[in-house]
Amino acid sequence: MKKRSSFVLIGMFAACLILAGCGGNQPAAPKAAEAPKTVELTISAAVSLKDALAEIQTNYQKKNPQVKLLYNLGASGSLQKQIEQGAPADIFISAAPKQMDELSAKNLINTATRKNLVENKLVLIVPLNSSAKLSKFEDLTNPAVQKISIGEPTVVPAGQYAQEVLRKLGVWDKINDKLVLAKDVRTVLTYVETGNVEAGIVYKTDAASSSKVKIAAIAPEGTHAPIIYPAALLASSKQQEVAKDFLAYLSGPEGKPIFEKYGFVMGK
Amino acid sequence: MIWQPVLLSIKVALASLIFVFLFGVSFAYAMRKWDFPGKAAIEALFALPLVLPPVVTGFLLLILIGKQGPIGCFLSETFDLRIIFTPYAAVLAGTVVAFPLMYQSTKAAFLAIDSDLEDAARTLGAGEWRVFWTVTVPLAWHGVVSGLVLSFARALGEFGATIMVAGNIPGKTQTIPLAIYFAAESNDLSQAGFYVLVISLLTFSMIWGLNLWSRIKKEPNYQKGALR
Repeated sequence: MKKRSSFVLIGMFAACLILAGCGGNQPAAPKAAEAPKTVELTISAAVSLKDALAEIQTNYQKKNPQVKLLYNLGASGSLQKQIEQGAPADIFISAAPKQMDELSAKNLINTATRKNLVENKLVLIVPLNSSAKLSKFEDLTNPAVQKISIGEPTVVPAGQYAQEVLRKLGVWDKINDKLVLAKDVRTVLTYVETGNVEAGIVYKTDAASSSKVKIAAIAPEGTHAPIIYPAALLASSKQQEVAKDFLAYLSGPEGKPIFEKYGFVMGK
Repeated sequence: MIWQPVLLSIKVALASLIFVFLFGVSFAYAMRKWDFPGKAAIEALFALPLVLPPVVTGFLLLILIGKQGPIGCFLSETFDLRIIFTPYAAVLAGTVVAFPLMYQSTKAAFLAIDSDLEDAARTLGAGEWRVFWTVTVPLAWHGVVSGLVLSFARALGEFGATIMVAGNIPGKTQTIPLAIYFAAESNDLSQAGFYVLVISLLTFSMIWGLNLWSRIKKEPNYQKGALR
C-alpha cells in the first residue's frame, strides 16, 4: 500500500516537471513563429515518376527547408478520380494528356500553368535470364511467349499505349489471349522480374529502374501517340505561388538532369 | 457475359471454402488437442493473412507460387502445373485470406465445448473419430457454420491478393471485385454499380441468414463461446 502511494507521488512529481517544462518554453514560442512557416505541397503524380521525384524531393527540400513535399503516387486514372472527388492536392502530373484534359474540362486545373513536363518511351521487356528470342514487338506471337503483361488499357496509360502499338503492328488480335492486364505499370514490371510472364510492355523509365529485366525492343516511332506527362497546378490549390515555384524547379536546370538520369526526355 | 465474373467468383469462393473447411477444422482441432513449444507463434502465423494488407499477402504468394518460386517450381517440374494467372490461383488467394476466419471461429467453438462430454463418450467405448464426428462437431456446429459463412463472404470479396496472383484476365480470372475495380476506374459506373449490388446482396443475405439461423438455433445449452 505504502509502495503504491509513493509511485503515485513520483508520478505526480513527473507530471509537474513535464508541465513546468512546457511553461518554461513558452517565451520561445513567438520566436519560432517568426521563422518562415512550413508549407506542405501535395503532388499527385503518376507512379512511373516515383524514383525521379524522390531524388528531386531530397534536393529541393535541402534548398527549401520550409517546403514539405508530399507525393501521392498512383495510376493517373485513380489520381484523376481522387481530384474529381475533392482530394487535396496542389500539383497534378499525369502520365497522359487524357486525364489532364478531363480535369481541365471540369475547370479543376489552373490551365495557365499547364505544361508538358517530360516525355517517355514504350519498351518491350523480358526477364534478365530469358531465353526467348524477342527483338521486336511482332515476336510476341511466338509460341514460346505464353503470357504477356500490359497495363489494363482503359485505366493504365502505359497499357493504352501498348494496345495502340500492338494494334498498329497488327498483332493485337493474335496475342489477346496471352494478356494479363495489370492494374498499374509497376505490377507489369514485378510480373516480368519474377519471371511469371515471358514479356511485358512498360515505359523505358520503368525498365531503367530494374536490374532484373532487359529491354528487348523500343516501340518504333509513330506506332503510338507521343507519351507526354503534362503537369499543372490545381485550381483548388491554396498555395499557387509555392506550387508554381516547384513546377518551375521541376523543368528547370536542376530537375532536368534527374529526369534524364531516369530515362525521361524533357518536354517541349 | 456480364454474369461471367459473378459465376467465377462464386465458383472460386466455393472451391476456397472446401480447403478452408478442411484446414480450418483440422488445425483448430489439433491446436485444441495438443500443446507444443512454438504453438503461440504458429497461432500468430495463422492470423497473419487477416491483418496483412492483401496486396502483401498476394506478393508473398506470387514469390512462392510464381514460376521461379519454390512451390511454383516444384509444381511445374513434378506435375507440369502452372497455377499462376489461372482461376486456381484465385482459389489459393481466397483460401489463404479466408482461413483465419474459419480457424478462429472453429477454435472458439471447440474451446467452448465441455470436454467431460467427450470423455463420457470415450468411457462408453467410442473411438476418437466417432467422438469427433458425433460429439465434438455437433456441439461446435454453430462456430463451424459461422466460420464457413464468413469465409465464403471473405473469399468472394477478395481483391488484393487475387489480382496479384490470378492477374486480371477478363473471362478467365476476372472476379467480381476485379471487375468492380476496373469498371469504376474506367468510369463505367453502371457496370461497377451492378457488380457492387450483386456482391452486396450476396454477402448481405448470407450474413443475414446466418444471424437468423443462429437465433432460431439458440438452445438452452447454447455454448457461450460460439459467435453470436
